[in-house]
Amino acid sequence: MSISTAGPQPTGVPGPLTTVPEAPAASGGGRRRSKRRAPLPAGGPAGQRFSQKLTPYLFIVVAVALLLLLTYLPAANMLWYSVTDWDGLDKDKNFIGLGNYIEVFTNPRIFSVFGVSLYYFAASFMQMAIALYFAALLSFSTRFSNLFRGILFFPYLINGVAIGFVFLYLFQPGGTLDSLLSFFNLESLQRQWLGDPTVANFSLAGTSVWRYTGLNFVLFLGAIQSIPKELYEAADIDGANRWQQFWSIIFPGIRRIIGLSFILAIAGSLSVFEIPFIMTGGANGTSTFVIQTLQTAFNFRQVGLASAMAVVLLAIVLIVTWVQRKVFPDEKVDLT
Amino acid sequence: MASRNAVVAVSLAAVSALLLAGCAGGDTGSDEGIDGDVKGEVTFVTWRTDLITDGTFDEYAAEFTKKYPEASVKFQGITDYEGELKTRLSTTNYGDVLGVPNSVQPDQLADFFEPLGETADLESDYRFLAPRSFEGTQYGLALGGNANGLVYNKKVFADAGITELPTSHDEFIDALKQVDEKTDAIPLYTNYKDGWPLSQWTGNLGAISGDPDAVNKMATDDAPWTEGTDIEAIDALVYDAVSEGLTEPDPLTTNWEQSKVDFATGKIGVMALGSWAISQFQGAATDAGTSPDDVGYMAFPATAPDGKQYAVIGGDYSLGINVHSKVKAAAKAWIDYLIEDSGFTDTQGMVSSLASSELPTNLAGLSDAGVELIELNPAEAGKESLVNNIADTAQIDIWGNIYRQKLVDIARGAADGDEASYFDQLNTQWADAIASVG
Repeated sequence: MSISTAGPQPTGVPGPLTTVPEAPAASGGGRRRSKRRAPLPAGGPAGQRFSQKLTPYLFIVVAVALLLLLTYLPAANMLWYSVTDWDGLDKDKNFIGLGNYIEVFTNPRIFSVFGVSLYYFAASFMQMAIALYFAALLSFSTRFSNLFRGILFFPYLINGVAIGFVFLYLFQPGGTLDSLLSFFNLESLQRQWLGDPTVANFSLAGTSVWRYTGLNFVLFLGAIQSIPKELYEAADIDGANRWQQFWSIIFPGIRRIIGLSFILAIAGSLSVFEIPFIMTGGANGTSTFVIQTLQTAFNFRQVGLASAMAVVLLAIVLIVTWVQRKVFPDEKVDLT
Repeated sequence: MASRNAVVAVSLAAVSALLLAGCAGGDTGSDEGIDGDVKGEVTFVTWRTDLITDGTFDEYAAEFTKKYPEASVKFQGITDYEGELKTRLSTTNYGDVLGVPNSVQPDQLADFFEPLGETADLESDYRFLAPRSFEGTQYGLALGGNANGLVYNKKVFADAGITELPTSHDEFIDALKQVDEKTDAIPLYTNYKDGWPLSQWTGNLGAISGDPDAVNKMATDDAPWTEGTDIEAIDALVYDAVSEGLTEPDPLTTNWEQSKVDFATGKIGVMALGSWAISQFQGAATDAGTSPDDVGYMAFPATAPDGKQYAVIGGDYSLGINVHSKVKAAAKAWIDYLIEDSGFTDTQGMVSSLASSELPTNLAGLSDAGVELIELNPAEAGKESLVNNIADTAQIDIWGNIYRQKLVDIARGAADGDEASYFDQLNTQWADAIASVG
């Protein structure tokens, strides 16, 4: 006993003693060094001072140039196309004012496809619930937790095109899903998973859940793990069970991430593309706004109108995000 | 210091190069047009990636260099030909010889392609000139052509007890029903999921009425989907076949490559495809160990008012010369070589573009059945793009698959409406588009 208590004391006491004199020495050294350096540029030629000021900009110039070239320039071009009647090839683009925007808002065929987004929006809640459940579960020390984390995140790493094809085989008549159902004697549940228009959107939204749950899971898990361990220990001492820990520590601790996922879910469900495009090509009532935009631009050669549709989609996403931020303001989370 | 300035200079140069890369202008080299000396390296941008892989094109290139020692050809195969070319056409870099993409409208041809001569002068020598002609000038020559109709499995038809090929709507539906009852085959396979096979039906415009102006007349018809027109006959046939349950059970999971195998093994009765498909289906039959002779080809089941049966022949991709090319003379020589000397159309079973040559053997079935082949008339000067512009404005892709997939959906009860209501809707959209375009 005496040895063990004596142990920390000698080391604990010199600790502050050594750190106290060191701290000013370190800062003093820093100051000295900067003093020694400072006169050098001051005495140098003006060009050197200029290029030294320039250095930080040089670091960002490539990144900014790429950003301008690959994001803002095309976006500005799209805004310009959206007020022309361009067909994607013509040498000259005629300015037609807001004609394309009027068409977007007055043609009922264009806006009706947003109904399909509701399937994906509903599915995104299921996706968040599943992700949250597993994130909470695997944040406690669970056997094989790393393996399960890998398994849950894995689908997000697979290319969307590959997922589309995998699920195409799953949903085929006599495919994996049908075989599985008949194995459990559930033949009555078999149907045309993609051919039946009342089921098709559920099948596609389900594929989307499978794909994106991993991303939500990782976001949630990261947020949960950033909660200080002491809080759990304190809760354990107070006799809180896992469920109480979840509601009082984990859930408030990750509220901001849940809010973020919510915005992503809305934006994502408005602009669903890959999965329905690969699996059905937008046929059978599964067309989404982005697929329709693509068809307008490339099947019907109305690049101007399609650009206007893209701008409208961007505006809608921005508005939804803004409303969401107004309704659920960004609260400061205070766990203590 | 010097090195730091060098870093500044290099990064500024890199940035400006980056910014300028997008706007590189085409410099005009020596331009003697297509009549100059045949020399230089021709880049052939092609959609036939399979012929690059199997070395067929390399043999052609060697032959070509033997004929013109100062010229040579290299190949660029593109799988997503239409999609990729659409973007590349906005630059100057799209090869020297290329297939004119379908998205280029006749009134845009002069912006991208070198004139190859007056259409009137070429008419006596070449078939399929109309689609790539504008205001009397020719901008592309078809590499070959196809007949339009339906591929059918002779063995399946024989098993079903069909002895005579159907020549009308009702006979065709009856034949499909017979296949349905007496064999295990899917009578008519639409290939709905892949989409483009549905567009193959449109190639039969003109075959039903025997009218070479069938497509041109759509430009002034406020209600093309009315009994008696070609487009109505085609879509009504698709609709009835689907609504009678004579097509694949789940259209959303069809697969083009698999459908060739299924056809070869007798699981499919009929598919609507151009005659280009015959060689592929014969190949599939050989691979599957069945007889390639079972692949039959028939005209669209309709009899024109004059009592004859017609099939439309039309050009495949036309070859054009990049207007920015620096080796136009060699490019023209390569086009001539491909069309006249290479034997391409023979080996591919296609109709040659040369008016003097004979029809390929795989179309013997059509001639035996007494089917007359017709070519569609070009549109009036100045109206070459009209039908396409109307279709685009109406958002009815008559040459595509989107509106026909919807037709299939309605026919199988997966979407609201019926034949009459959908045809009404198409007519309204079409008439509105004529009003705003025409």
